[in-house]
Amino acid sequence: MSDTIILEVARFNPESDAEPSYESFEVPLRPDWMVLDGLNHIKDQLDGSLAFRWSCRMGICGSCGMMVNGVPTLTCETLLMNYAPGPVRVGPLDHFPVVRDLVVDLDDFLAKLQKVRPWVVRKDDFKPAREFIQSPAQLESFHQFSLCINCTLCYAACPVYGLDPNFIGPAAIALAHRYNLDSRDQGIEDRLDIVSRHEGIWDCTVVGECSTVCPKHVDPSLAIQQYKLTATKEWFKSFLLPRGKH
Amino acid sequence: MSAGKRSNEPVVWFLFGVGGFFAAYFLPVHVLFYGLLFPSGLVHAPGYQQTLALVRHPLTRLYLFALLTFCFFHAAHRMRLTMSDVLNLRHLNTVLAFLCYGGAIVGTIVTVWLLATV
Ligand code: SF4
Ligand code: FES
Repeated sequence: MSDTIILEVARFNPESDAEPSYESFEVPLRPDWMVLDGLNHIKDQLDGSLAFRWSCRMGICGSCGMMVNGVPTLTCETLLMNYAPGPVRVGPLDHFPVVRDLVVDLDDFLAKLQKVRPWVVRKDDFKPAREFIQSPAQLESFHQFSLCINCTLCYAACPVYGLDPNFIGPAAIALAHRYNLDSRDQGIEDRLDIVSRHEGIWDCTVVGECSTVCPKHVDPSLAIQQYKLTATKEWFKSFLLPRGKH
Repeated sequence: MSAGKRSNEPVVWFLFGVGGFFAAYFLPVHVLFYGLLFPSGLVHAPGYQQTLALVRHPLTRLYLFALLTFCFFHAAHRMRLTMSDVLNLRHLNTVLAFLCYGGAIVGTIVTVWLLATV
């Protein structure tokens, strides 16, 4: 087997290029190298102008997501060897505007994330005299959804987000659901006003790609379907007992 | 959509969900018996009078009403989303909703009429 592999990397400089193109680089193929190591090799040895994001190199920070051979992938967790003999095509995440090369603009996602209030919301003056007790079963109910690292691979994988940029999207909904399920939280009503709209959970047609690509097994698709059930129950409740009249 | 306004989609989603249950668990049984086992003679088919008597029973009518109408709404929702996303007709959403759910409502009316007059 050859000890190098060709990386075809998307290049785009907004100041000089009308559209992105691919540039090929030959990098060493080492058994312990991730796709990100290949990119760092290019940046260190071959072309210092290549732009891409990364930080932790251990699947925690969520910043190194890219399209690898067309699939949204965490590049610090994916062996280059998996793509031998190559070539491997590395591009910026789909469905997001490209800032430069492999760097995308995440403002839209961050704004949506904030909208769904992904934190513990209390309606009362919450000053417990001692620690708040949460049973292992209560923790278990939302634990899976709390593992999201905001890598946005699920947005790149979601065809609905591709069609409708207003869609709140998998990770933000999964996180809203995570706080709804938290026994300390009282924000479910506020979140329903944002999430139970057409561009919220009802835009999802259960394609399920978000759950397939999620590197943390968050299963956003499950979260959205559970959320639909909650929203439907609340809808029937508010239909039978209109708010404010009781 | 105005701020703070929740979608009314729970109604159609609820009908879609219940319809999915009927379509997955009950419809195949009918297809198996009336589409395959009875016509092929593998299972002895009940006669016309016998079937008619069964259909006229109030519980059968109720069952058939639920089976058919929920399945209509299931199909309507699925068709609407398929057309809007796969055929990329999102801009025609209102028209599609009118056609699909309208079709399901017509189907419901015809079902009620048939079951009431049979
Ligand atoms: S849900 Fe999964 S794929 Fe989506 S942002 Fe979170 S960790 Fe990434
Ligand atoms: S570099 Fe942090 S998740 Fe890949």
